Amino acid sequence: MRLTVNGRQGDFDCQTAFQIRDLVGDKNDLVILNGYQIEEDYPLAENDVVTIIPKGVLPQKEELESMMMARHTPYVHEKLKKGKVAIAGLGGLGSNIAVMLARIGVGQLLLVDFDIVEPSNLNRQSYYLSHLGMPKTIALKQQIAQINPFIRVETVTTKVTEDNVPELFSGYDIICEAFDKAKEKAMLVNTVLEKLPGIKIVAASGMAGYESSNLIQTRRAMKNLYICGDLENGAKVGRGLMAPRVQICAGHQANMVLRLLLGIEEV
Amino acid sequence: MKVNGKDIPLGEKQSLLDFLQSNNYDIRVIAVELNGKVIPKSEYKDVLLKDEDKLEIVSFVGGG
Repeated sequence: MRLTVNGRQGDFDCQTAFQIRDLVGDKNDLVILNGYQIEEDYPLAENDVVTIIPKGVLPQKEELESMMMARHTPYVHEKLKKGKVAIAGLGGLGSNIAVMLARIGVGQLLLVDFDIVEPSNLNRQSYYLSHLGMPKTIALKQQIAQINPFIRVETVTTKVTEDNVPELFSGYDIICEAFDKAKEKAMLVNTVLEKLPGIKIVAASGMAGYESSNLIQTRRAMKNLYICGDLENGAKVGRGLMAPRVQICAGHQANMVLRLLLGIEEV
Repeated sequence: MKVNGKDIPLGEKQSLLDFLQSNNYDIRVIAVELNGKVIPKSEYKDVLLKDEDKLEIVSFVGGG
């Protein structure tokens, strides 16, 4: 029957997933069938996707990508690989969004930030001590290369202004607004909605402090504008920004990007 | 007029800018859509509101 095994399509005589495992590997290998790691044998159907992963062995580069994406729902990877997503601001939201989008295999990422990594970033942003003093664009690109070397990463180390928005972001499917300051958020959202009418923007507002996780939601505010957050809890004197709620909000944004790349516009 | 899904009596004739200011919106941190169309900030003062208008106002707070 027609199967995809370790990223390659072919015709196989096997009737069950473990028969494929025994054919291409050995009985200690991990077996992932259509995105799910199975412990017991399972009958195969036409067009199933099977990935056999030997433990502790570094695979060839061409096999690595299909193995990395084996836990995805089938046929999601092909769509994500064509995705082009820009991330404006690489702080608590943007750095975590970038890492998530790299893990799921979004083909092309644009990372934009003017700033360098400093100690006060480490309470919520995806950087390490070894990145202190480095531009965030470069520090994040280095991490992504270690997480998923199949992503094309463009970086621009500059401050986003009303004037450079069209030049920076045209050609991308989706922009993630991941700035810190409310005025900058509004500037980017207004400029994109006005000047880049075909692009969707996934923004964030309200994720400071340690209020309930469940206040953070994704809403579709306008045709091309999604907003994640609780809409109320801004960062201010006496209310800081901390990893859990910032990452919950980043997760909302990344999942909305994922949905949009798969053609789903509802939140 | 409908503002963010809620019915609001419009009262006297007023511009979008008048409405936003009298309802204490900070113009610097908002985005506004009127009847499905984004309104550039420079046009807030020129847009006259009508009873049948649908207004979406998004307000941003800081943090990220």
